[in-house]
Amino acid sequence: MIRFRLDGRFGGFRLDVQAEVPAHGVTALIGPSGSGKTSLLRCLAGLARVDGEVEVAGAVWQDAERFMATHRRGVGYVFQEPSLLPHLSVRRNLEFARRRAGEGPGPAFDETVEMLGVQALLGRSPGTLSGGERQRAAIARALLSRPTLLLMDEPLSSLDAAGKADVLPYLETLHRSLRLPVIYVSHDAMEVARLADRVLRIERGRLRGPATELAAARADPLALLDEAQVRALARAALAAGLAVESEHDPRST
Amino acid sequence: MGQVVWITIALATLTTVILLVLATPLAWWLARSRSWWKEIVAAVTALPIVLPPTVLGFYVLIALAPSSPLMDLFQPFGIRTLAFTFTGLVIGSVLYSLPFAVQPIRGAFEALGDRPLEVAASLRASPLDAFFSVALPLAARGFLTAAVLVFAHTIGEFGVVLMIGGAIPGKTEVVSIRIYQDVEALDFADAHRLAAGLVAFAFVVLFGLFMLRRRADERRDGR
Repeated sequence: MIRFRLDGRFGGFRLDVQAEVPAHGVTALIGPSGSGKTSLLRCLAGLARVDGEVEVAGAVWQDAERFMATHRRGVGYVFQEPSLLPHLSVRRNLEFARRRAGEGPGPAFDETVEMLGVQALLGRSPGTLSGGERQRAAIARALLSRPTLLLMDEPLSSLDAAGKADVLPYLETLHRSLRLPVIYVSHDAMEVARLADRVLRIERGRLRGPATELAAARADPLALLDEAQVRALARAALAAGLAVESEHDPRST
Repeated sequence: MGQVVWITIALATLTTVILLVLATPLAWWLARSRSWWKEIVAAVTALPIVLPPTVLGFYVLIALAPSSPLMDLFQPFGIRTLAFTFTGLVIGSVLYSLPFAVQPIRGAFEALGDRPLEVAASLRASPLDAFFSVALPLAARGFLTAAVLVFAHTIGEFGVVLMIGGAIPGKTEVVSIRIYQDVEALDFADAHRLAAGLVAFAFVVLFGLFMLRRRADERRDGR
């Protein structure tokens, strides 16, 4: 489980939250702008400090006595605006993370690079990439540091429509293939419907109730497909002589 | 003439190396600290920009003179005075050029903002690791500017080196003072050689700096 209770001020703004969410899947943190989404994320990462407790999968990151520094937490953070280190090529940005990654299982370098489609970008300098490309590289980099919790702060919000369309499919792939728990800040309902397993709502620095599972919709895989996709699936099944087994993945069509 | 050029270059190089090492932690602290009294320290380090070199030279000379409180501390090591010595010149030059090292480096550190360091921390880089692997390379421009300014400023100084060094040939006489003495002795030929040499040197250094910057910017933009 991921448990946190945080209470403190940021200037004139008070954050007062307490929640417990499962340490798997994507938890969307949604709320209007200025409601404290980013502040909460920064507190979880240890980039900002208020009183409280944070515990992730049995490891205490913060309590009354201790405050673990960000670099010891094993937390991945994808910032709102793509934040590749500008003096390093994409490859060296990724290697920066891999060299410092913790022990334990995690995606391999090549696998991660492929999963986010950044093979062709490895030799490039961040200044030459589009917003979407940068954000994909930043996500690959966060994964290569083998975090125990991945925090994503509106990773699509600084991108234009083309950039969003570029990155979103990769986020969906990640969601399907990663077991890593993710807290995903967003104010976009469409994104949340496509990417999240559950939703936490925040308003004026306070959470509105516990996390709501979106699992009901996901129990039926067809419920997430639009009509065209369902038809395509049916056609594929007929073409295969109805010999499809139940493990057939509808999304591969 | 070779010796006076050699002493000048040795003084400028030593001053530059010492200042880059000393100014870096100071500039980092000035850029990152939130305490208000850091501005007192900032003002003190900037004093040599405003003060006439003779004022600074005067106080440093007094501090380095025999049986000054500072020199009393060095007495046990067999050092009685540093006035009119090359070491004294280096100390004076370091103080005199301090702001020219601190300001560009502080500016470069401030321009970084918090984000690159937060990124580094989220990728498990300790603060020291992040300083060397992220902050230093990103502030490279500031270091380059600082190094060139300090080196050139030390070559160009006159008042401080005259006060502290006393222009002892072969020991503390540098090019700028030698030119003055040549002119006083009506040895215009020697003065011309050194003066023209300094003009050419200054041009080459500044041109090299601007080209280096241009290349660094191009590399960063991936051109």
